[in-house]
Amino acid sequence: MSPYFESYLTVGAFAVLGAILVMVMLGVAAVLRPSNPTTTKMLTYECGVDPVGSGWSQSYVRYYVFGLLFVIFDVEAVFIFPWAIVLEDLGTFGLVEMFIFISVLILGLIYAVRKGVLKWE
Amino acid sequence: MSWPEFWIVVLRVVATFALLLLVTLINVWAERKILADMQNRLGPRRAGPWGILQTVADGLKLFFKEAVIPRRVEIGMYLLAPFLAVVPAFLIFMVVPWGRPFTIGGNEVALQGADLNIGLLFILAMSSLAVYAVVLAGWSSGSKYPLLGGVRATAQAISYEAAMGLAMVAVVMFSATQGDGGTLSLSEIVERQAGTWGDIIPALEPVLRFVPRWNLFPQIVAFVIFFTAIVAETNRAPFDLVEAEQEIVGFHTEYSGMRFAMFFLAEYVNIFSMSAIAATLFLGGWNGPTFEGSVPAIVSGILPTVWFLAKTYLLVFLFIWVRATLPRLRYDQLMQLGWKRLIPGALAWLVLSTAVISFRQFGPPWSS
Repeated sequence: MSPYFESYLTVGAFAVLGAILVMVMLGVAAVLRPSNPTTTKMLTYECGVDPVGSGWSQSYVRYYVFGLLFVIFDVEAVFIFPWAIVLEDLGTFGLVEMFIFISVLILGLIYAVRKGVLKWE
Repeated sequence: MSWPEFWIVVLRVVATFALLLLVTLINVWAERKILADMQNRLGPRRAGPWGILQTVADGLKLFFKEAVIPRRVEIGMYLLAPFLAVVPAFLIFMVVPWGRPFTIGGNEVALQGADLNIGLLFILAMSSLAVYAVVLAGWSSGSKYPLLGGVRATAQAISYEAAMGLAMVAVVMFSATQGDGGTLSLSEIVERQAGTWGDIIPALEPVLRFVPRWNLFPQIVAFVIFFTAIVAETNRAPFDLVEAEQEIVGFHTEYSGMRFAMFFLAEYVNIFSMSAIAATLFLGGWNGPTFEGSVPAIVSGILPTVWFLAKTYLLVFLFIWVRATLPRLRYDQLMQLGWKRLIPGALAWLVLSTAVISFRQFGPPWSS
């Protein structure tokens, strides 16, 4: 078996072990703990009063704007990591190329800030 | 794979797992004790000597607590979320080397879950996965406050993750010049921090021979950004708006008993793993004086692990210290810090440090 495959097999084993740990802890607790569900107890928490309306509520759209911004910067990181590794082979050309890429992204961030994405009223 | 090799893999996985669980127990106790000392209180002191068994007692208590499942929850996702919180938290630590490799019966044993050649990307991937636990726990609770808390926490986690990744790139960049080509493997990055800066810069040898060759010194700005980002990433004070016990309702409001304990466990495992990653990237990991020859071989074999734990706990202490010192940020301040300070700061540092590194590697751009 190649060492490459072996190390990912270890990762898989670790994930399974983690999941088993959670299952064992929850399983033991399920055996030990009391279970006495009453209607009042199973109500949704709403600061002590009876819950009003449905559990789904609207939230600000600006949270999704952060999601979009994140995708841009995370994809950027994915591009930059390989570049950081092979920069020595690429030389000055690769350096300048990536600086242009980064400055375009900074422009994007400035645009988002100017549009007021980060303002909270 | 032969049988000895198989058992070595089993040993590695079990040892890494056991280490992680043990330090988590100690972390919870250490945090309460240190916070108490900083606030002039006594803290836990009844269970065991200095209250060290307090975490065990709390854990046992949670086993006997009723776990209420509210009627409105989306049951599948609700039950899945604790798993999604704990498993990535364990996996992050997997790629961190926590001791010097040793040889037993002709087989080399690396004290590390798995030495992935894409270690740093794996860390980024797993810390992204942890966000799903928060989203799903908040959403599946079928309640207004956890839903809002979950969305809020997600926006926070992903904002600081971008800064964390960019700070890592600067280290990778620097590390690539310290050895033979670039690497993302954590064990390689650790090995490139062996020795002192005196070996690298002979001109200042008399002074620098006492300065270990950690990435911290040339990459101090990246360290500050990285540490701020991991404090936010693990939802710790002053960025703990995710739960903020005294003020707002968090994403795990509808969880009780052992299911709640899983989120708690994940948080403390994350604090340790993230500190360990910071110690690996910036503080030289398990590197340190081992006094080879003057002490028994077993001592110099264990010392690297001791150094690693000492450095990690230094950072864990910093986490606790920050919590005791700084007041909580408001949400808009949190986002401003992330997007207007850390991310542009990380990008500027990346450009600056890359420019300096390239200047030294290739010479001035007009020469080629």
